[in-house]
Amino acid sequence: MNRTRIFVVSCAVVFAACSAAMAQQGPVKISDDVVRIGVLTDLSGLYSDIGGQGSVVAAQMAVEDFGGKVLGKKVDVVSTDHQNKADVAAQKVREWIDRGGVDMITDALNSAVALATSKVVAEKKRILMDTGAASTRLTNEDCTRYTIHHTYDTYALANGTGRAVVKQGGDTWFFLTADYAFGHSLEQDTMNVVKENGGKVLGAVRHPLSASDFSSFLLQAQASKAKIIGLANAGGDTINSIKAANEFGLTKTQNLAGLLVFISDIHSLGLPATQGMYVTEAWYWDLNDQTRKWSKRFFDKTKKMPTMIHAGVYSATTMYLNAVKATGTDDADAVMAWMRANKHSDMFGTNMTLREDGRLVHDMYLFQVKKPSESKGPWDYYHLRETIAADHAFQPLSKSRCPLINK
Amino acid sequence: MEILGIPVQALLGQLLLGLVNGSFYAMLSLGLAVIFGLLNIINFAHGALYMMGAYAAWIGLTYFGIGYWESLLLVPLILGAFGMLIERALLQWLYKLDHLYGLLLTFGLALIIEGTYRHFFGVSGQPYPVPAQLSGATNLGFMVLPNYRAWVVAASLMVCLATWFVIERTRLGAYLRAGTENPKLVQAFGINVPLMVTLTYGFGAALAAFAGVLAAPVIQVSPLMGSNLIIVVFAVVVVGGMGSILGSIATGLGLGVIEGFTKVFYPEASSTVIFVIMALVLLIRPAGLFGREK
Repeated sequence: MNRTRIFVVSCAVVFAACSAAMAQQGPVKISDDVVRIGVLTDLSGLYSDIGGQGSVVAAQMAVEDFGGKVLGKKVDVVSTDHQNKADVAAQKVREWIDRGGVDMITDALNSAVALATSKVVAEKKRILMDTGAASTRLTNEDCTRYTIHHTYDTYALANGTGRAVVKQGGDTWFFLTADYAFGHSLEQDTMNVVKENGGKVLGAVRHPLSASDFSSFLLQAQASKAKIIGLANAGGDTINSIKAANEFGLTKTQNLAGLLVFISDIHSLGLPATQGMYVTEAWYWDLNDQTRKWSKRFFDKTKKMPTMIHAGVYSATTMYLNAVKATGTDDADAVMAWMRANKHSDMFGTNMTLREDGRLVHDMYLFQVKKPSESKGPWDYYHLRETIAADHAFQPLSKSRCPLINK
Repeated sequence: MEILGIPVQALLGQLLLGLVNGSFYAMLSLGLAVIFGLLNIINFAHGALYMMGAYAAWIGLTYFGIGYWESLLLVPLILGAFGMLIERALLQWLYKLDHLYGLLLTFGLALIIEGTYRHFFGVSGQPYPVPAQLSGATNLGFMVLPNYRAWVVAASLMVCLATWFVIERTRLGAYLRAGTENPKLVQAFGINVPLMVTLTYGFGAALAAFAGVLAAPVIQVSPLMGSNLIIVVFAVVVVGGMGSILGSIATGLGLGVIEGFTKVFYPEASSTVIFVIMALVLLIRPAGLFGREK
């Protein structure tokens, strides 16, 4: 008697569960019933202020704005520390896709990490929306059908800062370059811009990542007598280069051009050491009402103003969820096709378009760092000097070396 | 005049800068050598203590208005006390065990300390101004040397030599050295060996903190500043000979200079040259340049 009852009850439970599952299927096709966004970032190393926990918060904010759900399915944000190591990142991404059910990966700052990740997602047919890495290889030699380069790249930075500085008369350059994929790429792109605009490159010195002292390198830069010292590095390396340049009095006779400077770097160096520097960014918190409103929300959660990478993660996640909503699936091919076919607008940019090579095209901005007397307080650091229209901001498609493009 | 295509003046400049970096290596490896020599502990928390020293100076200046010179005195005292606390609470239980336990414990401590600072201060770090008396630079003809960097070399040489003198040439130092050779016998003479050991670790921590305060105006005060340096410093200790005091001072300065030259001739290798030398030294003289086989 008892056994029969248990049997009947179990059958009923199984039946109910099955029918519930079937009821959920229909036109909506979400793999394993959860949309998972993976924030692959540097949570502990030298880039954790420009991406890091802030990127996780930005992704969560985008999900919040969708009410935590898309098409009635839960949206989950997961994150991991790639430790700036390409092999760690590639292995984690495989694990995420094979066992974690991750559908879209974002942030992925550090170009070495991004290049490794883009190979894995292409093989596994998932999407990488890279907001953190800078190397143009992502949309050239190493482009894939599943990689979107969202926020900025070395071409856009070189084009913005390089062109502006040469125009101001800074026509001889010496580079201080971080010795890995990103640094080389930024150096090369800037050299091209400088030469195209009639400038001359006098030399370069390549330093190891996270070097503890920059004075030797700067002395070599000083000896070159170049008018401009281009800093083709990022994060803590840029900060310590600028600090040492001020200390050794280089800034009295030569000018620094930070080729990848984030607002968090300016914040931590202070305006006295950075005033007058030109920087190119894809976004700034104080551009308009929308950016100010979003940044205030971000600030309340993190006690820091967002960098362009944080804003990029928010925008990429929003763009992805919009695509899932519109196509009714998280199938990577369908989502990519929709994103290529439509224009995208949010607080990051308006009418952004996704090109065949994976480049997201939007306006870029040239800023000049304010003098201490001009700043109204913490985080009020930039004068907007030029809005570089989307058409001119990035490498033209005709010059792309991406094999996916039919020329 | 040129050597290998590089003007001699530029080389002189690099020599001087190498000495500045070497001073930091010397001071940090000296602390490690003292701790290893007397406690047999491989102190991986040394980088964290150095970072805490720099942060203590920054916090003192930012929140309490304590200037650079006061910090230079106060911070080593505070962190020395903190070091003694670590020794009493944790390290003293490990002396009878293998070296590995001490290494693991201090490594864990370093991770915890670094993680805590990263949580509160972020990784970009905070700027610490050069004290007014030492700001500005002196033109030496072949290069412009910031006065502060000259002070770093002078201060660290003074501290290193004083340490060497105390340990090798005074009665207290003799007790310390005897205590490491045969603690039971020294105790039998009525000398409090555990107290000496605690004071030694405290002194090592204070040295690291002193180096941290000295470094604060030169590089950005950041939670990662210790871990960027500590592996190099360990290599210095190995090259000099574990536990050798004069060895770590001389090797610290020497390797700083070699690293400086590498930055001119082949900058890409500047972060590895010290390890290449370490490998060579281990092959030829496993006890290090100044070490003695036990």
